[in-house]
Amino acid sequence: MSAVMITRKVRKWEKLPGKNTFCCDGRVMMARQKGVFYLTLFLIVGTCSLFFAFECPYLALHLSPFIPVFAIVLFLFVMAMLLRTSFSDPGVLPRALQEEATFIEMEIEAANGNVPAGQRPPPRIRNVQINNQIVKLKYCYTCKIFRPPRASHCSICDNCVDRFDHHCPWVGNCVGKRNYRYFYLFTLSLSLLTIYIFTFDIVHVVMRSVDKGFLNTLKETPGTYPFKTALDGAGLCYDIESPVLVCFFTLWSVVGLTGFHTYLISLNQTTNEDIKGSWSGKNRVQNPYSHKNIFKNCCEVLCGPAYPSVLDRRGLQEDSPAPASTAAPNNSNNSSSSSPEPQAMKTTAPLIFNEHTPEDAKPSLGAPAQKSPSPKEEHPPPSKVPPLASPEPDVEASNIKDKSH
Amino acid sequence: MRVQTNNVDSFHNLQELRHSASLVTKVFVQRDYSQGTVCRFQTKFPSELDNRIERTLLEETVKTLNSYYVEAEKIGGQSYLEGCLACATAYIVFLCMETRYDKVLKKISGYIQEQNEKIYAPRGLLLTDPIERGMRVLEISLFEDRGSGSSSPSSSMSSAAGSAR
Repeated sequence: MSAVMITRKVRKWEKLPGKNTFCCDGRVMMARQKGVFYLTLFLIVGTCSLFFAFECPYLALHLSPFIPVFAIVLFLFVMAMLLRTSFSDPGVLPRALQEEATFIEMEIEAANGNVPAGQRPPPRIRNVQINNQIVKLKYCYTCKIFRPPRASHCSICDNCVDRFDHHCPWVGNCVGKRNYRYFYLFTLSLSLLTIYIFTFDIVHVVMRSVDKGFLNTLKETPGTYPFKTALDGAGLCYDIESPVLVCFFTLWSVVGLTGFHTYLISLNQTTNEDIKGSWSGKNRVQNPYSHKNIFKNCCEVLCGPAYPSVLDRRGLQEDSPAPASTAAPNNSNNSSSSSPEPQAMKTTAPLIFNEHTPEDAKPSLGAPAQKSPSPKEEHPPPSKVPPLASPEPDVEASNIKDKSH
Repeated sequence: MRVQTNNVDSFHNLQELRHSASLVTKVFVQRDYSQGTVCRFQTKFPSELDNRIERTLLEETVKTLNSYYVEAEKIGGQSYLEGCLACATAYIVFLCMETRYDKVLKKISGYIQEQNEKIYAPRGLLLTDPIERGMRVLEISLFEDRGSGSSSPSSSMSSAAGSAR
């Protein structure tokens, strides 16, 4: 074993595969495209600043000083939840190391037996029975693992995420097992904040117009229509209009989203499962994870334990040649058994051992804001349309299968 | 083997095992999803370990690990309190406080260390903490003493492949 002089300690996040960006020496983990996240921040901070600057003084004087205090508390909670959702690890499953990938390959070949030449090998699926329901575990060709139940591969972040819900461009991260409750609390508190600001905007406008109307009626003709003065009052205060407009449009989308996720939580489903109709009831398929009790389902999702991150980001990268040297003969042994697939495996995803991981694993804080890939649809909950989901790709699996033939 | 002589020097023995013995192969104990997404490992005994360790010892280790994970993921009074307290402080308290899951993970890594020293290292085996493999598998490395080993790494790998069935 040769001694290697390392001038700089390399942390594991620098060599992680996948398309995440890391900040603060691996403490912060986000998706690559952050433009829409900055927009979210701007909208929330901007609207709240206008509210605090122009309306809170009036409301604090004429109604109660607790109004801006509660607004500030709510605003801080919204920001905390947003940052927590955006910056935390959603539950990324690390890719299989060389030996594990080889072991799984051997098991698959042993299970498949001899496939006649020219025939496509059967799809890589493992069946498990959970609560009297057969659940299929699919093999991920990128991560070289059989995905645990409810896990899914996010094509935007190029990671398998446990209990994958969806990739949210507004938050700039995937929503998975570890940050789903923060995401839910963010949408819930943002709904409350939006309703709160909207309500007090209206109250402010009405109070001001009533004041002006009262003064006008005192000073001028008693026949002045209060409606006209209300409009004047509203028109004169342009700094009230923008929060009202933003709040009005945000209200329907965010409240709708909160309602949709409340529905999903009560059934213990993910957005991904809902889109794919996994537990829609066809062919007597039922959700095996649901406790059949709304309260228990909510408790499990919202009050469950805080899962730790299994992706070691801040650990120091080890240079250990011993496992790498035994991996080499394993590769050559495998290439003789099943011809094209190890080649396809070798070229697709670099594993952690590989010192020459692609440069895009490094963080880029100044990354240009790119267009968000998944469009946001706004619908109220009864129509049950999930607005922010990114489609789960089985395309990659079929592409690789096509390549191998 | 060298490591059989002194079990007192714990960590050094495991390091020595890695350096003095050569890695033959690795066996992976998979997750058992029959009870849902709770972390649980299969107690099925891998055939590669037939002449290395008694079945009951490995089963005992896996069952104890499973019980630790059940304790970590239990949804009960303590997890509610922790969740509510954390929510009330906007989860800032997690920056200073260790969660219950973290505490149990520390217990698990201590347990695995102890099992390695007492049971597995003397038999030329090494357990890897599942958290280092994404909680997907329990990795057991098989070592053979350099010089006294009759088979080279590549041929024993193919013999393990043959016995994997």
